[in-house]
Amino acid sequence: MTRRSLSAAFAATAVIWGGATYADISPADITWEDEVAISVSLTGTPGDPEAGALAFSSRSIGNCLSCHMNSDMPQHDFHGDIGPPVDGAGARWTEAELRGIVADAKRMFPESMMPTFYNDNPDDYIRPGEAYTARAHNPETFSTLLTAQQVEDVVAYLMTLTDW
Amino acid sequence: MKTMTKLWATAAICGAVLSGRAFADPHPDAELIIEGELHIATRAEPPEHLGGVLPEIYSGWLFRTDETRELQMDDFDNPGMLFAERGEDRWELAEGTANQSCADCHGTVDSLAGVRAVMPKVNENGELWSLQNYINNCRTERMGADAWGWNSEPMKDVTSLISLQSRGMPVAVKIDGEAAEFWEKGREMYYTRFGQLELSCANCHEDNWGRMIRADHLSQGMSNGFPTYRLKNASIVPLHQRFRGCIRDTRGESFAEGSQEFRELELYVASRGLGLPIEGVSVRQ
Repeated sequence: MTRRSLSAAFAATAVIWGGATYADISPADITWEDEVAISVSLTGTPGDPEAGALAFSSRSIGNCLSCHMNSDMPQHDFHGDIGPPVDGAGARWTEAELRGIVADAKRMFPESMMPTFYNDNPDDYIRPGEAYTARAHNPETFSTLLTAQQVEDVVAYLMTLTDW
Repeated sequence: MKTMTKLWATAAICGAVLSGRAFADPHPDAELIIEGELHIATRAEPPEHLGGVLPEIYSGWLFRTDETRELQMDDFDNPGMLFAERGEDRWELAEGTANQSCADCHGTVDSLAGVRAVMPKVNENGELWSLQNYINNCRTERMGADAWGWNSEPMKDVTSLISLQSRGMPVAVKIDGEAAEFWEKGREMYYTRFGQLELSCANCHEDNWGRMIRADHLSQGMSNGFPTYRLKNASIVPLHQRFRGCIRDTRGESFAEGSQEFRELELYVASRGLGLPIEGVSVRQ
């Protein structure tokens, strides 16, 4: 067993100790529907829209607002306009599609500039670094940009955006 | 079919954003006039090698706020000029085992007018060198002095001074002949999506210039203003330091300042701005 899978095993154990009865689905174990969507929750715990809104706007979590305008967040300045606005995302996409897009948008939109938020395999990247240090990554600690639960939270938040 | 409908909806929203793009475009008619005398063009015809990917090329100056642009229009207000002034003192300073100064060989610094505009450049041994390499070669081979660090204060001072001698002269890097192989590598790097965020230079500076990433107004990533005084750093920022910052922001592992890779990227990026005048020491956010 590699150190990597050992630490993954510890993490899964920790989730059970923490009271959950359901181990997170790791990026490699996702079952993709039509190659673009994920119909099953990554955690088994319903997403929290409030936590998802925080992840959406926070520069240190999802920072989605950096590229996507969002009429639901007039309290924040400086919405980006790189990607499409997320207004109405919950009406335009199914939960499974949104989960797929948040986890790995390049499956739905192959040329997209949007980062892949749920992939912990450093071999899929060119010169992956150690967060924002400009130094080389550490293969033992390299992790997804969002945790499984944060993906669920963001999806739950996006599902509330039905006006457009 | 369902997905297509959604894609069209997305496209419609994108269209709305595009039509609202004007607010974020480069300043439509600002003119860079330094000290009320020196007119520096900030727009130019794109070089042919770009094959039409940019309709026009723009200095990063046009993407900055009114306040930041104004700082560059007055040499007294431009904090980068302090570095160039210190560079003048260093120009005269005899150093090393040969006890020689830059001035002993080169005379007055205006003898180096045009040098910055052709950097980086292939040297007599077929290596691609940046201005910093030429300066350090003088120091170690002719003066018998220590080489300066790429981002060191003396290097910032003297590169600022030398760059200023080319202010107003168009970028004129050579990209054919011996330079071609370096240019090709730099080009490949420009389009490579680095780091965990998988971002290439082109993602921001070719595909999305004029748009906003949060509060950052994306420019075309032109290098004619370097070395630049960056308000955020409160110092002169050499181009390779900026490259490092960009790769860091992709959650990537950077190359070193002065590395072969960054010199190749420097050549390619410079060539995208062929025709834009050197701004000597520019001022940016």
